[in-house]
Amino acid sequence: MLLIECPHCGPREQTEFTCGGEGHIVRPDPATATDAEWGHYLFMRKNPKGLHYERWFHAHGCRQWFHAARSTVTHEIFAIYGIDEPPPAIDANKAGSR
Amino acid sequence: MTQAFRNSDGGRIDRGKRVSFTFDGQNLEGFAGDTLASALLANGVRLVGRSFKYHRPRGIVGSGPEEPNALIQLGVGAHTEPNTRATQIALFDGLVSESQNAWPGVGFDVGAINNMVSKAIPSGFYYKTFMWPAAAWMFYEKFIRSAAGLGKAPTEPDPETYEKRSVWCDVLVVGGGPAGLAAALAAGATGARVILADEQSEFGGSLLASRDRIEGRDGADWAGDVIDDLAGMPEVRVLSRTTVVSYHDHNYLVAVERVNDHLPLGKRHGPRQRLWKVRARQVVLATGAIERPLVFAENDRPGVMLAGAVRTYVNRYGARPGNRAVVFTNNDSAYRAAIDASDGGIAIAAIVDCRAQPEGALVRLARERGIEIVAGSVITGVRGTKQVSEVEVATLTQDGSDVAGARRSIDCDLVMMSGGWNPTVHLYSQSGGKLAWNADLATFVPATAAQKSREAGAVNGSFSLMAALAEGSRAGSAAARDAGFEGEEPAVPACDAGPGDGVLALQALWDVPCGRKGAKRFLDFQNDVTASDVALAHRENYSSVEHFKRYTTTGMGTDQGKTSNVNGLAIMAGLRGVDVPEVGHTTFRPFYTAVTVGALAGINSGPELLDPVRKTPMHHWHEQHGAHFEDVGQWKRPYCYLRPGETVKQAVDREVLAARTSVAILDASTLGKIDIQGPDALELINRVYTNNFATLKVGACRYGLMCKDDGMVFDDGVTARIGENRYLMSTTTGGAPNVLNWLEEWLQCEWRDLEAYCTSVTTHWAAIAIAGPNSRRLLAELTATDLSNEAFPFMTWQDGEIAGIPGRIFRISFSGETGFEVQVPASYALALWRALMTAGEKYSITPYGTEAMHVLRAEKGFIIAGQDTDGTTTPYDLGMDWIVSKKKGDFLGKRGLERPDTLRDDRKQLVGLLTEDPNEVIPEGAHVSPSPHSNKPVPMEGWVTSSYYSPNCGRSIAMALLRGGAGRIGETVAIPLEHKVVRAKITRPVFFDEEGERLRG
Repeated sequence: MLLIECPHCGPREQTEFTCGGEGHIVRPDPATATDAEWGHYLFMRKNPKGLHYERWFHAHGCRQWFHAARSTVTHEIFAIYGIDEPPPAIDANKAGSR
Repeated sequence: MTQAFRNSDGGRIDRGKRVSFTFDGQNLEGFAGDTLASALLANGVRLVGRSFKYHRPRGIVGSGPEEPNALIQLGVGAHTEPNTRATQIALFDGLVSESQNAWPGVGFDVGAINNMVSKAIPSGFYYKTFMWPAAAWMFYEKFIRSAAGLGKAPTEPDPETYEKRSVWCDVLVVGGGPAGLAAALAAGATGARVILADEQSEFGGSLLASRDRIEGRDGADWAGDVIDDLAGMPEVRVLSRTTVVSYHDHNYLVAVERVNDHLPLGKRHGPRQRLWKVRARQVVLATGAIERPLVFAENDRPGVMLAGAVRTYVNRYGARPGNRAVVFTNNDSAYRAAIDASDGGIAIAAIVDCRAQPEGALVRLARERGIEIVAGSVITGVRGTKQVSEVEVATLTQDGSDVAGARRSIDCDLVMMSGGWNPTVHLYSQSGGKLAWNADLATFVPATAAQKSREAGAVNGSFSLMAALAEGSRAGSAAARDAGFEGEEPAVPACDAGPGDGVLALQALWDVPCGRKGAKRFLDFQNDVTASDVALAHRENYSSVEHFKRYTTTGMGTDQGKTSNVNGLAIMAGLRGVDVPEVGHTTFRPFYTAVTVGALAGINSGPELLDPVRKTPMHHWHEQHGAHFEDVGQWKRPYCYLRPGETVKQAVDREVLAARTSVAILDASTLGKIDIQGPDALELINRVYTNNFATLKVGACRYGLMCKDDGMVFDDGVTARIGENRYLMSTTTGGAPNVLNWLEEWLQCEWRDLEAYCTSVTTHWAAIAIAGPNSRRLLAELTATDLSNEAFPFMTWQDGEIAGIPGRIFRISFSGETGFEVQVPASYALALWRALMTAGEKYSITPYGTEAMHVLRAEKGFIIAGQDTDGTTTPYDLGMDWIVSKKKGDFLGKRGLERPDTLRDDRKQLVGLLTEDPNEVIPEGAHVSPSPHSNKPVPMEGWVTSSYYSPNCGRSIAMALLRGGAGRIGETVAIPLEHKVVRAKITRPVFFDEEGERLRG
């Protein structure tokens, strides 16, 4: 079970959080998006081995959304940052395999 | 039987405290401090069980968690527990134990016939024999299942209690042997918060089984003094009888404390076991090592034991597992065991050593004592069915692949074997740490840690006492330092463990030749896997480690292969002609030893505590008035109210008719309610509903449908405009938290420019729905508010006082009848409910439950999100095109609903179904088939989502999602059920008052 550093509450157990999946997905302009673009936005997600930028929700805490950069292999969390912040650069090798 | 195999002195048992117990009905006696295993051995009991597959007689092999054979059915009745290890059961007065897997008894076991026909049941027997025809498995299965299995699960509910605790610490030390004690002392001295956990009743680990000395004292006494020192440190917590069973991500470890298992039932206080969930900044693993058996012919006879285990029984318990032993080894450590056993009164007939020229301090010591050493030789056979009586010894050939020369027989009643030691790397490996093969020790040792952990002592392959103490001190200090605590690393205590301590000088010996065909050389005692099973797996190409394990079942017993895994890998490596690390090892998975389900559940068991139960303020009234409850999410809701002598169907029909003919009331408090405020509240609401809310005036309410951005229906409900910038949104009962989360997600992540605030007020307001032609008349008696159609039109709301209680009156209806919903603060709800019941007596007011509510809404064709929709249903599929705004700008689902796939006209669409037989109520979930009599699998084109008997229509009604259903009104379809096919006509999904005159009346 992960220990997640909520930016507002500090370190808390994973059971207090909900993972919102991949972060930084841009919702296309619905007025101009093609069916293919809209379908991609709705359904296509990355499934990387290693570094993953994702969204988390402190559902049983402050109820705030935030971003995390996490290794899907080691579960190491490299960075926690605001929901409106761009993804920080992380050395992909650091997030490598176990 | 007296304790004929108990020494008159020595050991850590209290001979002044006799303890009575039974084994297979036999009354026996042991001493305080015994385990069940040591007491059985002291009483001369050698045969303790039958093996899993061949039902071969088996005895105790080990002295700890590694024990594969001595599995015990412990206790009786509701307290009975199967598959407990005799080696880890603390003896207490009145303990009742039984052997397992033998019928009628362990001495004469009918299943032993499997041993004689063992050639016919090799590895993979079940896979090969019962493969075909596939349907026959149904027939075989019950016989196979009843023949398999070890102990018996209790049939009664567990009367014990359990609890869980979550804690954090700076340093968690796992293992209370010399390394762990040194680590805890070093870390504790810095002031760090330390937890020290050990699975045994007493701290000291290997010190309890040895005659080692530390700082001039007996090692076990030193351990006791260290525990006293630790007890004086306020930040240190010491947990005995506590096994750390798993190591998860981010230094999260789980331990089970056996709080009461060592006490007689009458003397237990508090929980039986306690589950510790530990988050540690740093971890020190001092988990020790487990001795490895040797794989030689007939090595499973009762009396063939691990050499170190014999040493433990003699030194710690003063119990002799035999009187005359042959030692069989490939390393020096067994010489220490032989010397201690000899001092404990066991005659050592010979030490059979596979090494041609064993030379070491311990070898010399044994030789000086006159113990015969048979070098360059191996045991080629063991005789004695229920106890060892003699062994056969032969010389190894030069290359070690075979034996040669004359066989020599040696009388004995005990064989002490040692094939080396495997570090207990289970937790280390669970943490993600990588293992490396150490050729000198012929085993896997920790290489690269994955988490904030350190290893100390035997788990590192450092087998000497000096190394354990030194590594422990160093690891404890370093762990505390990394956790932010400074301190001097304490001096390593002086110790004396005798000559040759920790030296193995091991010569790898895996598959011991015996010069005979068909002799069983056991590798995994618990699952009856032999060396020839490994060869079979290899021949059949199950040679990768994961295949081999599953094909032979090596390591898949309750002991999880603690004694068998490395031997299995090494034998497979030999067959493949590669080095052991090339074969690799299987994944070590939680738990290290078996954990009771009770400990995992803790207090969260039973109908009240497994999951929170939510009750409305009127719950008690419902209970008193015959409510038959159903679970809706965590809520308890009345399904119907049963009058004496009534069936459920009769009650539901009565409630439904009452709502259409007079007046009926429903406890609707469970509906989700979200208070939304802020200057952009309207904009938020307009974006999440598919229909237009921009025109909603203060005092009005509107039904809305919510879609996900893919256009699929997700929730629905009525939203009322309470003020200029304030709205009250209602949701389905089960959807309330999801809708709130949904609003938060869009507000925080996507629409950060909107200023709106959402708060759940579900339990703040209780709600009562009043439905029926007399609803207005009834409510008017209790309020001054003008309820006339003109003053209070449909889909509006007003503040009002009802029966003297301030609240809100909504002119809304889910029943299709003239109706009102009254919301009052929850604490007033019961008073209001009672007032309505009293005032309504003259109208024969009827409380109605969720089933009547469902029938009423289905008669009207009102959907329930989540029942008539399933996440692939659009508003168009529901025939609700009118609710999707064509005028307003973007809203969630708008673009999704324009995708070609959501516009297909052959999608599954909601229709009504009227059965040919009006009394036939189709089960919900039944499938609709175009050709119900075709071969299986029968083609399906949809399913029934709602189905009821409607007393108002005088017949059954149903709704279904049906492929292209909207264009098929009037068609007849078939619904195949278990024993018949039901036919029904497709209709529009409205069955009663299609024009809605009653609703607005």
